[in-house]
Amino acid sequence: METSRDDFIIAIRSVFIKRGNKQRFSLFGLLFFSIILIVLSKFNFTAINYLKLGINEVVFRTSFIVSLPEKYISYSFRAIEKHIKFYENYNSTKEQLEKLKSKKYNVEFLEGENKRLKKVLEDISYSSNAKIAKVLIDHQSPFLRSIIINKGSKDEIKKGMAVLHGYYLIGKVVEVNYTTSRVLLLSDLNSKIPIVIEPSSVHSILSGNGKKSGIIQYTKNNIPLKNGSVLYTSGTGSLFKPGIPIGKINNIEDISNVDFFVDLAQLRFVRILFLKENKN
Amino acid sequence: MGEFKKKNIINNLLRLAPLIILFIAVLNEINLNYIKVFSFNFPFILIFYWSLKKSESLGYGYIFVAGLINDVVTGFPIGISSFNYLLICGFAAYLRTITIRPSLIKDWFFFLFTILVVNSLSYSILNLFFAIDLNYNNLFINIFFTFIFYIIFANIFMIYQKAFFKESHD
Repeated sequence: METSRDDFIIAIRSVFIKRGNKQRFSLFGLLFFSIILIVLSKFNFTAINYLKLGINEVVFRTSFIVSLPEKYISYSFRAIEKHIKFYENYNSTKEQLEKLKSKKYNVEFLEGENKRLKKVLEDISYSSNAKIAKVLIDHQSPFLRSIIINKGSKDEIKKGMAVLHGYYLIGKVVEVNYTTSRVLLLSDLNSKIPIVIEPSSVHSILSGNGKKSGIIQYTKNNIPLKNGSVLYTSGTGSLFKPGIPIGKINNIEDISNVDFFVDLAQLRFVRILFLKENKN
Repeated sequence: MGEFKKKNIINNLLRLAPLIILFIAVLNEINLNYIKVFSFNFPFILIFYWSLKKSESLGYGYIFVAGLINDVVTGFPIGISSFNYLLICGFAAYLRTITIRPSLIKDWFFFLFTILVVNSLSYSILNLFFAIDLNYNNLFINIFFTFIFYIIFANIFMIYQKAFFKESHD
């Protein structure tokens, strides 16, 4: 019994403390150093933040170049897939276009009316402009859902800004470096967005489920929802401009499954929204 | 002279192949995520195998740097992946020290034990220390497929080792 314990201790000592064949550092030393890094990053130690910023700038660019062959293969697959479905898509798009044309005039009228009414109510309205950014890294990690874009503090990007694909919300900026930024996607478990569900005007919080859809949180069980209800940003807490479309509920039995309007795995260019409050 | 130099470069590249693949893997985050049904952790397999069979092919310092890069790419707090990778090195080195007659199946099950411990530790640190939510099912699927894929990649690496290092597995 004593001998086996001694053997175990000798083995552990030889593994962790002694430097191995052709090894410059001992395992114990490096493990200790990584624990220090973890602890310091927990407490947002300034030097660690600078170290992270430096590594980010180099690694994001390198990762973009290294992942080019893989990207090229996946884009080729998608292009072939699109080509096969081309005729089918053309017919459904034509049908949708006709419907949208008829709705457009109605929307224009409502928009004008909405502006006039807001003026009467002296409500805050928002004007916004957007910057286009290229997606540098979109490795969909099984755990964290985020992308890296090629705009940073140099382009006046700030933490918390809304990121859109077309007119649909896809996430928010959570980390800003000098020339790059990280965008936390809506599908991430840690993403929490204040929303309003229309047409019933129910306010709620949308969280990601870590896969490709969202979950509506903090609502009562008997809220009046129906299939096809659309989710918009509510603008609560002035985080985002209100009324940005996010997704829709396809099955009211399962509100843990909100379908986003955008396929978050296929982002190439995104728009970062710069918001300005106008007091009427 | 020129041919000797050329041979030397090729030999160096072949010797450094595991390290190069490790850096490509962390920069590119090779885990077959686009299959969408499952994912696996390729760096875990690579580090465990090469630390066990040919520890000098991956320096601990390089593994530490690869971990830092992985943290930056995936968005984890800095130091987590380095800690995981070095722990895997530790487990592999321990197995190497206590093993008299190596067997791939024993290595395989010890690898399962290793990734269970390492992932549990990393899950606990992320969840309790940094309040980052992780999908438990995704993590479990990732561990399961990392375990399954080990045997496949171990055989591929073994063939490579025999062909280019002129060494047998045992």
